[in-house]
Amino acid sequence: MVDTALIGWSRAQFALTACYHWVFVPLTLGLAVIMAVMETLYVVKKDEFWKRTAKFWQKIFGINFAVGIATGIILEFEFGTNWSNYSWFVGDIFGAPLAIEGIFAFFMEATFVAVMFFGWNKVGRKFHLAATWLTGIGASISALWILVANGWMQHPVGMEFNPDTVRHEMVDFWAVVSNPVAISKFFHSVLSGWMTGSVFVIGISCWYLLKKREIRFAKASIRVASAVGIIGTLAVMFTGDSSALHVAKYQPMKLAAAEGLEDGGPRAPFSIVPGVEIPGMLSILATHDIDGFVPGINDLLDGYVAPDGTEVLSAEAKKERGDMALAAFKAYRENRETDPAAAAEAKKVLEENVEYFGYGYIDDKEELVPDVWLVYWPFRIMVGLGCFLLLLMILVLWFERKNRIEKMRWLQWVSLCSIPLVYMAGQAGWIVAEVGRQPWAIQDLLPVKAAVSSLSKGAVMTTFFIFVAVFTLFLVIEIRIMINAVRKGPETGAEDGTAAVEGAQAGDR
Amino acid sequence: MGFSGRMVSVWRFYVDGFRNMTWGKPLWYLIILKLVILFAVLRVFFFQPVLAGKTDEEKSDHVGTELAVRAADAE
Repeated sequence: MVDTALIGWSRAQFALTACYHWVFVPLTLGLAVIMAVMETLYVVKKDEFWKRTAKFWQKIFGINFAVGIATGIILEFEFGTNWSNYSWFVGDIFGAPLAIEGIFAFFMEATFVAVMFFGWNKVGRKFHLAATWLTGIGASISALWILVANGWMQHPVGMEFNPDTVRHEMVDFWAVVSNPVAISKFFHSVLSGWMTGSVFVIGISCWYLLKKREIRFAKASIRVASAVGIIGTLAVMFTGDSSALHVAKYQPMKLAAAEGLEDGGPRAPFSIVPGVEIPGMLSILATHDIDGFVPGINDLLDGYVAPDGTEVLSAEAKKERGDMALAAFKAYRENRETDPAAAAEAKKVLEENVEYFGYGYIDDKEELVPDVWLVYWPFRIMVGLGCFLLLLMILVLWFERKNRIEKMRWLQWVSLCSIPLVYMAGQAGWIVAEVGRQPWAIQDLLPVKAAVSSLSKGAVMTTFFIFVAVFTLFLVIEIRIMINAVRKGPETGAEDGTAAVEGAQAGDR
Repeated sequence: MGFSGRMVSVWRFYVDGFRNMTWGKPLWYLIILKLVILFAVLRVFFFQPVLAGKTDEEKSDHVGTELAVRAADAE
């Protein structure tokens, strides 16, 4: 029997690493767009002010990029060490997108980022602008491959299980890449990065306004960032809506947990907080139909008949199918060399039941319910903060356009204090996505208790605390370097924007 | 400019870029420090892949056995 504490520590370590990684990624994605827009303004308007403004944010981008670089590699270490069964079981489906991402990220980082930082005054303006945009586009495409891999774990498609190799083999690359869960996850995650970058730039710019420094630079940065942020947030809402449809279709237990919905039905209510509901709203979100049927936790455990007449199996029935799949898997492997007929029969049974393979590891149907509290509240935090930040960006843009933002110290303070909130929203979103799909490492195919490696709990605990120490150290270093860079500022010597901005010249000339 | 000339230009571009760095230098030290911690410490001493050193067939057998044993635990 696998020690439940080992599973817990392995999950905690992975969660810690992933959350840390996601501190850097969204700011990279968001700042990349904002600084590229600023540099575009420089190229179009031929105004040195925009060049200096773009350079300052490129410096901040560079600090974040340098400290965040390679944090994702630790996740790959953990796949091989802590989740070796999983790593082998997923086969090349997981490996291929990650390999593409690794190669792509390397070439992107070695070329476009280098041109962006080293190329000022060495390459043409348009060439440099192209490198800046390609840095952002490359980072987003890099994220695509990671999210294709993640999307496959949430909704496995395009593969066949090979019981000889004990691996899933890709039979349809396009199905894996165009997985609807991966696509909506990609846009939702990348666009949430735009939000992060925007709120970050607005917050730092408001700090300058509070200090009555670099007024033109701060207002210009607020203007660009809030425009990018509003577009990004509206798009995040749109992609969140399509995500909800996919979750309802492919991971209904996650949706039921996110809503704390014990018993489902048509006109399912959306819970704002416990006890406060909007009737029918969940049905609209999950099915785009107020009369749409949304199954609750009990429906999913006990089985139900969908409105279209489809019978959805109960947890017990799925477990029976899972037991059959696992028994057939064992029988196949035992007989494949000695009794080909028995092996062929076992393989047939396995193929008929393989979609429920993971249910064979489930002892009690309650294991199929994720921690409702840990899904319900982060969902509200994510949505609530998203709405708040959208309102904030609209207000900031409005008052900037009305030329009143300099006098609105309360709004400047709120903007500055909102920087941690946008990170909280992003982290909460990932908690909903990942805790909500428990107990599955791969939806319906492999629970975490089968995916985890047989290691000693002490070894995982040791590396967990090493990571806490190392990550904290690097985070403190990053924050200190960034604060120093912000304090130094773009050094706009005059408000006409034509003065030297030595500190903003991204150093690496 | 020929191919080799272009390659020399690219090489010089990178060398000049690194040589003339100001605020970027400490970031590179940080990146190198991090990579040393990741690959020379964590990877070597703490994160050795469980299946490393095995042939594909041995890996299949190992994971197949693990999955079968855990299924038996669940029964």
